[in-house]
This record gives sequence, C-alpha cells and structure tokens, in this order.
Amino acid sequence: MQPETTSRKLVWWGINIVVLLYAFIPVFWLVSLSLKDDATLNDGNYVPTSPSGDSYKAIFNNEDFIRALINSIGICLIATLVAIVLGTMAAYAIARLEFPGKKAIVALALLISMFPQIALVTPLFKIETALGLFDTWPGLIIPYITFGLPLAIYTLSAFFREIPWDLEKAAKMDGATPYQAFRQVITPLAMPGVFTTAILVFIACWNDFLFALSLTSTSAARTVPAAMSYFTGATTFEKPTGPIAAAAVVITIPIVIFVLVFQRRIVAGLTSGAVKG
Amino acid sequence: MAEIVLEHIVKRYPDGALAVDDFNLEIADGEFIILVGPSGCGKSTTLNMVAGLEDITAGKLVIDGQVVNDKAPKDRDIAMVFQSYALYPHMSVRDNMGFPLRLAGVDKPTIRSKVEEAARMLELTEHLDRKPANLSGGQRQRVAMGRAIVRQPKAFLMDEPLSNLDAKLRVQMRTQISRIQKTLATTTIYVTHDQTEAMTLGDRVVVMRGGVIQQVGTPAHLYAHPTNLFVAGFIGSPSMNFLPGQLKGGGTVVTALGEARLPDQLRQALDGAAADRDVILGIRPEHFEDAAIVGDKPGATFDAAIDIVEAMGSDIYAYFTVKGEVAHSRDLDDLAKDTGNDLHSEGVPVTARLDAVSEVRRGQTTRLWYDTAKMQVFDAASGKNLAESVK
Repeated sequence: MQPETTSRKLVWWGINIVVLLYAFIPVFWLVSLSLKDDATLNDGNYVPTSPSGDSYKAIFNNEDFIRALINSIGICLIATLVAIVLGTMAAYAIARLEFPGKKAIVALALLISMFPQIALVTPLFKIETALGLFDTWPGLIIPYITFGLPLAIYTLSAFFREIPWDLEKAAKMDGATPYQAFRQVITPLAMPGVFTTAILVFIACWNDFLFALSLTSTSAARTVPAAMSYFTGATTFEKPTGPIAAAAVVITIPIVIFVLVFQRRIVAGLTSGAVKG
Repeated sequence: MAEIVLEHIVKRYPDGALAVDDFNLEIADGEFIILVGPSGCGKSTTLNMVAGLEDITAGKLVIDGQVVNDKAPKDRDIAMVFQSYALYPHMSVRDNMGFPLRLAGVDKPTIRSKVEEAARMLELTEHLDRKPANLSGGQRQRVAMGRAIVRQPKAFLMDEPLSNLDAKLRVQMRTQISRIQKTLATTTIYVTHDQTEAMTLGDRVVVMRGGVIQQVGTPAHLYAHPTNLFVAGFIGSPSMNFLPGQLKGGGTVVTALGEARLPDQLRQALDGAAADRDVILGIRPEHFEDAAIVGDKPGATFDAAIDIVEAMGSDIYAYFTVKGEVAHSRDLDDLAKDTGNDLHSEGVPVTARLDAVSEVRRGQTTRLWYDTAKMQVFDAASGKNLAESVK
C-alpha cells in the first residue's frame, strides 16, 4: 500500500464529498420543499426562509394519507415476512440439496425477476377483478411476494452457500434432526443474510408504484406512493408540491428506521471461528 | 463402547465412481483404529459411512451388535471430530460442548457438570464462556474433542483432527488424544493421511489405496512386514529406498549396490522356486550404516558418493545416488503422485540414516554397510512382498 500522503487524503476527501453531495442534495431539497409554505415554494432558495409545518399538518389531516400509510406498512410487512419465510426454505434447499428440477426452479426464479412488470399489469388486473382480489390487501401482497421471492431466493442461497457444510454434519452427529439442525445451527448463522434480504424485499415493496396504482381504486388498499399521486391542491390549478414532498419525507423515515435497526445484525464474518482459520 | 464391524462395505457414487470397494474390518471394543492413505483413497468416505453421513451402497455395518445401515446419524450414538472442527460460531464453548446433551434432552444441571468435567480434562475451563472465534486453533480443536466426549458415545470418529494445527501443537495434541482415548477406552476410528500419526496413535492401522484395503495390522507389523510396495513406501519416514534388481537362482539379489544374499527366511521360503526374475529391493534408511562403525555384523557393503549430509544431532541423514533406473511400479508411482514428488534425477536417490558418530562428509566417497537380513524383496510386476506372498 502507498503511504497516506496529504495530497492523497485530499483527493479521497474530494471524492467523498462529491459522492455525498450527489446522494444528499435531492434529499435535502425534498426536506426543504416540505418545509416551505405556498408563498415561498418557488422562490428558488435552497434553504427555506420561513420554515413551516403546514404541509405536514395537511397530510396528517388527510384521512386518505393516514389510511395509505397503514396500507403500506401492513402490506409490505406481510409480503416481506411471507417472502422471507418461503425464500429461506427454498434457498436452503437450493444451496444444500440435489433434486431433479433444481436448475429449472432457479432459472424460473430468475425469469420472474426479469419479467417486465408493466406487461403484467393488464392480465393481473383482469385476474384480480375476476377473483375479487382487486383493491384488497391480498391483491397487492400476492404480486409483491411473487416478485420478492426470486430476490429472496437468490440472495439467501448465496448466504447459505457461505455456511460451512461441516456445521450441519456436526449437528447431525450431535443428534439433531434435519429440522433441528436447520433451526438451531443454520438459521442463526444465516440471520445477517435474512435481514439483508428482508430489507431489500421490504424496500422493493415499499417503493412499488405500478401495482399500487393499477391494482387499487380506493383507499382500501392504496399504498402511499399511489396515494401521493392523488393528492390535490387547494384549487384544480394548484400543484400540491408541498404535501407531496412532506409525504415523501414521511415514507422515507420507515425505511431509514428499518435499515438502522437491522444493520447491527448485518455483521459480516459472523461465521468466523466455525471452521479452521 | 461398542465393537464395530464392517462387512463387504462398498461405496459407489451415482456417477459410477467407486470410492470404497469390499471393505472388511472388525474393530474390537475400545480399540483405536487408524485409516490411513493418500488423498482420495476412500478413508474419509469409509468414516462418513460409519457416521451415517453417507449412504452405504452395499455391505453391512454393525455397531454394538446392531445393523445400522439405514439408521440416521443421530440414532447411531457416535460422535465425530471434524478436520475443520465445525464449531457452532454463535454458541459459547459451553453451549458448543453441551449441544449434543441438550438435543438428547438431558437436564441442565447434568449438562453443566458433564461439560465442566470434560472442560477440566481438556483444560478448557477458563474458556467456557468464550466464543469459538476468540480461541486459538489448538483450543478450538479441544472444544471439538470436548463436544465429542461429553455424551459418552459408543464410538469416536475423527477425520484428520490435527491437520490444521502447526507441527509442534500437533505432536502435543497427538499424545493428548492418545491419553484421552486410553482413559475413556472408547472405540475410535481415526482418519489421517499422516503416517506418523498412524504409527504413533493406532492399536491397528488400516492402509488404504484407491478404495481398497492394502494391509491391516499393528504399526510395528506394517513397518516390519509390509505386504506390498505401496505400504512399504507409505509407512516410515524418511521412506524406504527402492532399488530395481534381479533375483538370482542361488538366493542372492543383484542391484546397483552389488550382490547381496537374501535373508535366510526368504531364501528358504522361495526355495529355488525363484529363477532369475526382476524384483524391487526395499531397504529402510536406518538399515544402512557407516561401514567403519559396524564392525563385522553380517551384511553387505558398497561405496557411496555422498551428496548431502544432514546432521540431526541424534542421527545423520546421508543422501547419495546410485546408478541405474529408478524403480517403477504402479504402487510407487501412486506414492510419488501423492507426495507431489515428480523430480526426475539421474540414477536412484537413496537416503541412509547413520549413527551420529559417523564421519561421513559431503562430497566424499564413503563405504556404507546395509543389513541384508532386514531387506524387503518385492515382485517388480505385481509389487507384492515376496516373503508375504509365498507364506
């Protein structure tokens, strides 16, 4: 490694600052917009001159938004949970077992995750209307699981492959049934992978706009991203920029909390010490 | 505590590869058995079949009077120590060692006392609450041992348990394993590719190659009476020297070292049946000696131009080359492949272990003596030991 000289440090700091600015300018802008009132909304100032909480008051007085927030949280948590439970088992099988059709399953999972979702909107709409799932929670949870599962299977099987097979053999020799080995030895070790995957699946569901918009018609199941597009201003000609920005800030918060809570669990090298080395 | 019997055990993988072929062995209660051989010889597969981690294609496995072919590992009541140790990284040492007992539904105070007893035996008491990641290699190895001994299984299976330790620690652990096994008197099957471990630990040693047992016997027996070139070359360090030669009708053998009379026993055994034929002569390094200090013990002498001298303090290793072709046979080629020795030198390299008082010098020609009574003579074509095959 080259010695850390002052000029090298400066270069690195420069690059870091550019990356941070690139990432955070839109976020600050959003926060700034959400704190402006109607009068100063278009004044071009990056920092609001007279911050106000009007936009936040507006969205939290809006019943549709509260309802959408509940829908979002409920639908995404259920979809994530189901996808993770199924995905863990599927990924374990794919990583550990040899069975006929294994390659086909993996290929199919990959295919699903690559399929353009927009092409599925019309068929899904027809199917869901026919089945009475349209505009219900399951109507969104099921497609979310479908698209969350391939992601979960792929990420988790990579994690399972990292766990030394010897540990399972050891558990078997120690008198564990296959389920006990999975539950007491493999799952605790796969936890970082499970949490990482959970975050990815949750974010994917949380951010979805396409299905949320096209498979719902009322606030019964409409999630926040779709609900935001229905925000109205005081008059028809007034854009509700402030409330939309406020809503965007509000729905970013759960994701940040989710990641902060689980990042402690995502500790690389949890398996160190299991085998030689 | 149990005896283990393997009857005509065969392991064939779905792709047709034959890993173990017709393996027969009776292991007595409390016996320490070593399976040894180069990598890929089927020793680990055999162990895994006894453990229940691999299916047995054909044959019968009996543990403690019961056929266990179709029993799951957990129902066989045997413990295994893995090469990688396979400790559970999310559990403390105490939980690692107590895990088999916990699964067996033993109550907590009993688990505690048993774990602590095993920890005392393995000098792990002060590490009981640490995680495997914070232990040294030797300590991890001991935890793996501890996990095996806490539940007092019918048998221990050990799959190269010492190969990840450094040389000094390995010797230390070797004696400790031996001591533990003698104390507990539990039937043990130990797999290794290290012939030193095989010689020092085992009550009996099973030498395997290509899925087939080559020879079973006590370490001393294997050393003194190897059944073929493979066993002869595998057992012993430094390994036996092999010289191509011809057997003459008069009971002598001619090699690059000159003509030597065969050991009496072998001569009688062959009893003239041996017309001129190609053989490979095996001489262990310690059966050479500096002719100047031997006196007039029976044997043969020759002049050797010493290439290298290694004074070890207790002995001197002298290396020299004799003219002629290197002995070739399937057995020896296999051995060379295993050790990665693909050097091709002119002539036959020979290692001699001489007494420390010898005054051999590098680059000098010295008269060396070798003990003709201890020579091994192998058939050049089949690799079989002539003394064994005519017996």
